[in-house]
Amino acid sequence: MANGYQNVQEDVMAKAVKEGAVAGIIAFLMFLVFVGIETYQDINNQLVWRTRWGLLGVFVIVAAVGRFVTVGFIKPHLDKRKLAKAKTGILEVSEEKSFFHKHFLKIALVFLLCYPFLAMMIFGRQGSLKYVDNFGIQILIYVMLAWGLNIVVGLAGLLDLGYVAFYAVGAYSYALLSANFGFSFWLLLPMAGILAGFWGIILGFPVLRLRGDYLAIVTLAFGEIIRLVLINWTDVTRGTFGISGIAKASFFGIWSFDVGAANNFNKAWGLPSSSVYYKIFLFYVILALCMLTAYVTIRLRRMPIGRAWEALREDEIACRSLGINTVATKLTAFATGAMFGGFAGSFFAARQGFVSPESFVFLESAIILAIVVLGGMGSLTGIAIAAVVMVGGTELLREMEFLKHIFGPDFTPELYRMLLFGLAMVIVMLFKPRGFVGTREPTAFLRTRKAVSGSFTKEGHG
Amino acid sequence: MATGTTTMTNDTILKVEHLSMKFGGLMAINDCSFEAKRGEITALIGPNGAGKTTVFNCITGFYKPTMGMLTLKRSNGKEFLLERLRDFEINKVAGVSRTFQNIRLFSGLTVLENLLVAQHNVLMKASGFTVLGLLGLPAYKTAAREAIEKAQYWLEKADLIDRADDPAGDLSYGAQRRLEIARAMCTGPELLCLDEPAAGLNPKESLTLNTLLRGIRDEGTSLLLIEHDMSVVMEISDHVVVLEYGQKISDGTPDHVKNDPKVIAAYLGVEDEEVEEIEEQLDHATVEGGTV
Repeated sequence: MANGYQNVQEDVMAKAVKEGAVAGIIAFLMFLVFVGIETYQDINNQLVWRTRWGLLGVFVIVAAVGRFVTVGFIKPHLDKRKLAKAKTGILEVSEEKSFFHKHFLKIALVFLLCYPFLAMMIFGRQGSLKYVDNFGIQILIYVMLAWGLNIVVGLAGLLDLGYVAFYAVGAYSYALLSANFGFSFWLLLPMAGILAGFWGIILGFPVLRLRGDYLAIVTLAFGEIIRLVLINWTDVTRGTFGISGIAKASFFGIWSFDVGAANNFNKAWGLPSSSVYYKIFLFYVILALCMLTAYVTIRLRRMPIGRAWEALREDEIACRSLGINTVATKLTAFATGAMFGGFAGSFFAARQGFVSPESFVFLESAIILAIVVLGGMGSLTGIAIAAVVMVGGTELLREMEFLKHIFGPDFTPELYRMLLFGLAMVIVMLFKPRGFVGTREPTAFLRTRKAVSGSFTKEGHG
Repeated sequence: MATGTTTMTNDTILKVEHLSMKFGGLMAINDCSFEAKRGEITALIGPNGAGKTTVFNCITGFYKPTMGMLTLKRSNGKEFLLERLRDFEINKVAGVSRTFQNIRLFSGLTVLENLLVAQHNVLMKASGFTVLGLLGLPAYKTAAREAIEKAQYWLEKADLIDRADDPAGDLSYGAQRRLEIARAMCTGPELLCLDEPAAGLNPKESLTLNTLLRGIRDEGTSLLLIEHDMSVVMEISDHVVVLEYGQKISDGTPDHVKNDPKVIAAYLGVEDEEVEEIEEQLDHATVEGGTV
């Protein structure tokens, strides 16, 4: 027996060495041209090339060792653990949830409420600026956008590749109306949402006759049309120069955050002059907007309209046979999603103080959609986690200065942002094909609330 | 709504007149006329490709007929021309609901949610088109509770009450068939159209289906069904219409249809030399029977 076991062990090692070597060879061939050779312009503006054998070596070694460790150690270990668990008779999926798991939402909310002050305590007033603004506000904007798109893609099952158009409508609504008419943020926030929702209906009418791939392509085109209009309608939008000097949001009209204003917030409260207080204020505004989005989504799901959205995702023909007006139902989903995009857009404009068509490219739509899909379509918690991982992760890459010591001073981690973004998506989709939270919470129950496994829900087809 | 040109007696719920449906060059239904009586189970039978499902799709608004008139009379006396209604209005306004040959449930929603979706229009009105419902007004809460009670009633009827909180996709085939019927009934229809409800069921499940359908009829809903399973057709239907190649070849009580030589010929086929013999018989029959 022991001998046999040893044989198996040796077999595993041999296999691991072999697979590691194969992975190394494949990595070498793949990265030979991409990483091993670098082209650059010399002083005479001639294109010349040089080799980067060291970097190529790192890539190959990582691939080979990674594969070796996976096959030789990690997989046998996991198999052994599974076997041991099966022997003891404990179910793989334990019914008992841990304290953290059960109270995750409450813990997350408390953490978010304390976050700006924690950041200030740890990093000081100026140091915390980065954490509140780049991490906090940035992530929450994406959470809100993804929750808005979730209504269209996750609930109603309409694949919308041009969601950023509504974000742009919201942002430009605020920028233009505040610059030209001097309306305040608190008046323009709902107006921007309504305008974006209105645009959602206008775009929805012609588009929603289409289904599936066709719908995706047409929404993509509409997204681009909006951007091109913003670029070319220079009389109003100032084209690629964008609109700058957009008014800041005020503290509900009571205190202003403009430095020169008489009712300056910092002066009124005797605080030192620093922009961090404005950022903290904005953090709470976007947090409140996110909570509003989540609350409305949760409430709507329990309404007949929300159920009709999900039914539409599952089977459109059956919906029609049950007397549901599918066109109106799709339009409401489109308009509601667009409205939240508009809210986020007007907030973005107020936070940035500057909008230009650059901010509303297709890549933004793709990132928002990726967050929705990675999070698990329809699940608010999953989407929030995905936003933290994706947006926070890429922001974190800017901080990875130590990588320069490994890859040399020329290495700029931000440039690998998209590569890692893609890599993370592939990995998540391999291990969690239904996203981080693949189950669906039922909206009504008779006896017990049981989560619906992701294998039953459909993705929608238009 | 538009009123039919012909007067309908009160006991007729659906009148199909000169219905024709053309797909390109193919005449799927050719001048087909029949009636379905209120409070009865009417069966539509015929060999494969006879055009039964096409007739169904015309009645339930999934196809627009090339020619013909489909008049539905509700119990309050209102008449609707089904071919002029939009697809979802056939259920919402005219009170016709249907099931599908290949089951179409919302598989990712629970059984209960499936039945709540079916009550969409009632709940929409109660929730003030979502606006009042979002504010949490009591009127919507009452309506939501009533909707769950109605769903519960049909779950018990369809023997699915124990599975209420499971996803619909998790049910067995027979249970999915029953759920689809229960879902159609939750829309509160006057005419229920069933497209092969017994397909793929075992004899025991067929039997429970018969009881369920009879129960639905006895509660006052008229039924129109397409069926291949003759044990179901002959046992429960009050009236049978037989189609072949898009034309009606027989119409009457199950016993009458069973013995109609035309029907037997359509189902079993005939040898060449027998054709003349049967044609003679048919001529004889039409002279005698008059309206066969």
